[in-house]
Amino acid sequence: MPTMQTSQSITQKLANPTRFMDLSGRLLPWITVASAGIIAYAMYLVFFVAPPDYQQGQTVKIMYIHVPSAWLGMMAYALIAISSFGLLVFRHPLADVSAKAAAPIGAAFTLLALLTGSLWGKPMWGTYWVWDARLTSVLLLFFLYLGLMALRSSIEDEALAAKLTAVLALVGVILLPIIKFSVDWWNTLHQPSTGLTTTVHASIRVPLLISAFGFSLLFFAMHMKAMRNEILRRRVKALRMAEVERAQSNSPPGNPSVSGDIRARAAQAGE
Amino acid sequence: MRGAFATFVALVRRDLVLAVREGGALGTALGFFLIVVALMPLGLGPDLNLLSRIASGVLWIALLLAALLSLPRIFEADYEDGALEVMAMGELPMEMVAAAKSLAHWISTGIPLALMAPMLGILLNLDLASAPVLVATMLAGTPAISFLGSIGAALTLKARRGGLLLALLVLPLYIPTLIFGISTVNAASLASDSFWPSFAILVALSLGSAVLGPIAAAAAVKFQIQ
Repeated sequence: MPTMQTSQSITQKLANPTRFMDLSGRLLPWITVASAGIIAYAMYLVFFVAPPDYQQGQTVKIMYIHVPSAWLGMMAYALIAISSFGLLVFRHPLADVSAKAAAPIGAAFTLLALLTGSLWGKPMWGTYWVWDARLTSVLLLFFLYLGLMALRSSIEDEALAAKLTAVLALVGVILLPIIKFSVDWWNTLHQPSTGLTTTVHASIRVPLLISAFGFSLLFFAMHMKAMRNEILRRRVKALRMAEVERAQSNSPPGNPSVSGDIRARAAQAGE
Repeated sequence: MRGAFATFVALVRRDLVLAVREGGALGTALGFFLIVVALMPLGLGPDLNLLSRIASGVLWIALLLAALLSLPRIFEADYEDGALEVMAMGELPMEMVAAAKSLAHWISTGIPLALMAPMLGILLNLDLASAPVLVATMLAGTPAISFLGSIGAALTLKARRGGLLLALLVLPLYIPTLIFGISTVNAASLASDSFWPSFAILVALSLGSAVLGPIAAAAAVKFQIQ
C-alpha cells in the first residue's frame, strides 16, 4: 500500500528530530535559567569582588567578556565543522540543522571578541586596531563565518546549500591553522595564552572561568533554541508543500512537471 | 581506452585551447591588473620612494584580484552547456577533472599575470633588481590561487550573485599565499637567510592546495550535477 509506505517513511525521517525536540524542549528552560544565573553571578564577582589590575586598572574587566567570546567564537566553528562532517559522511538528519544554527551565533561571538578587544586596545595599546597576528586571524575567522552564511543564503535548493556549505566549512578547518601560523610570522602584539592554571591569580582566574562557563551555557541555550526554530521551520515548509501537492492532485490534472517538481522539493524539505 | 594520464593531458589542452580561442579572458585579466596597479599612484600620490617601497605588495594584491576575476571560467561554461556532466560520466575521476581545469587556469592566467608583473612594476618604480625574485614568488604562489579558487568556483555554480560571493569565499583562503609571497620578496631584498624557508613554504602552500582544491571542488561539483 503506497500510503502506508509514505507515512512510515515520513515517521522514520522525523523520528530523530522528534526525539531531539522532546529532549531539547525539556532541557532548554533549565539551561537558559542556569546560564542567566551564572552570568549574573560572574558579573557580580567581576564588578564587586575581583580586584582591578595593577597596570590596567578597571579596563581589565573587559577581559571577562572578551576571552569567553573568543573561545566561543572558535568553539562554534569547531561545532560547525563536526556537524558538516556528520552531514557529508553520516548524513545525520540533525547535522545540517546544527551547522546552520551555529553559524550566526559563532559569528556574533567572534564579532563580540573583536569589538571588546578593540575597546580594550584603545586605552591599553593606544589604538583600536593593529594588524597583529591574533587580531588578523580572528578577523579571518569572522570572514569565514560570513562566507558560510552568504553561501547558504545564495543557493535556493536547501539540501544542496547544506552540502556545499559543509564543504566550505571543512575547507576552512584545514585552512584555519595555516592562516593562524602564517600570521604568526608577523610581529605580534597580542599576549600569548597564559595557561590559566598557574600564572593568573585566583582572584582573576575564578571569575573568568565562571564567566566562561556561563557564556558557554548561553551559547548552548541559543544554539538549541535556533535548532528548534529551524526544525519547526522545515516542518512548516514540508506541510505547506504537501498541502500544495494535495490541492494539485485534487484539481483537474494541470501541468504534470510542476507537480513533480513540487513533490521533489517537498521530499527534500522533509529529509 | 586511453590511459588516465592521456585523458588528463587532453583535458588540460582542451581548456587551454578554449581559453585562447574564446579570447577575452586573458585580456580582461591583464587589463584589470593594469588598471588596479595604475589606480594605486593616483590614490597614494606620486611619491616615488613610497611607491618603490610598496610596489611588490601592490603587485601581489592586484594579481590576486585579477586572477579572482577569471575564476568563474574554470567551471561555469562547461556547467552551462552540459560538458561537465559528460566529464563526470567519463573514466577520469572528478577530482582529476577539477585538477586539470585548475592547472589549465594557472597556465592560461597565473603565468601570464606573473610575467606581466615586472612591466607594471615600472609604473610603481619597482627596483628592477628585485623583479626576478618577484616573478619567481608569483610563479610559485599562483598555483595556490588557481587550485583554491577552483573550490570557490565550484561552490558558487548555482549561487545567485555568484561573482561577489566568490570573492568573499576565496579571498580569505589566499591570505597565507599573500603573506608568504610578500615575506619571500622582503627576505630577498634584505638578502637575509629566511629567503629559502619562506620560498619553500610558498611552494608547499601551492602543492598542498593542489591536493585540497580538486578534492573539495570535485565534491562541490558532484553535488550539483547529480
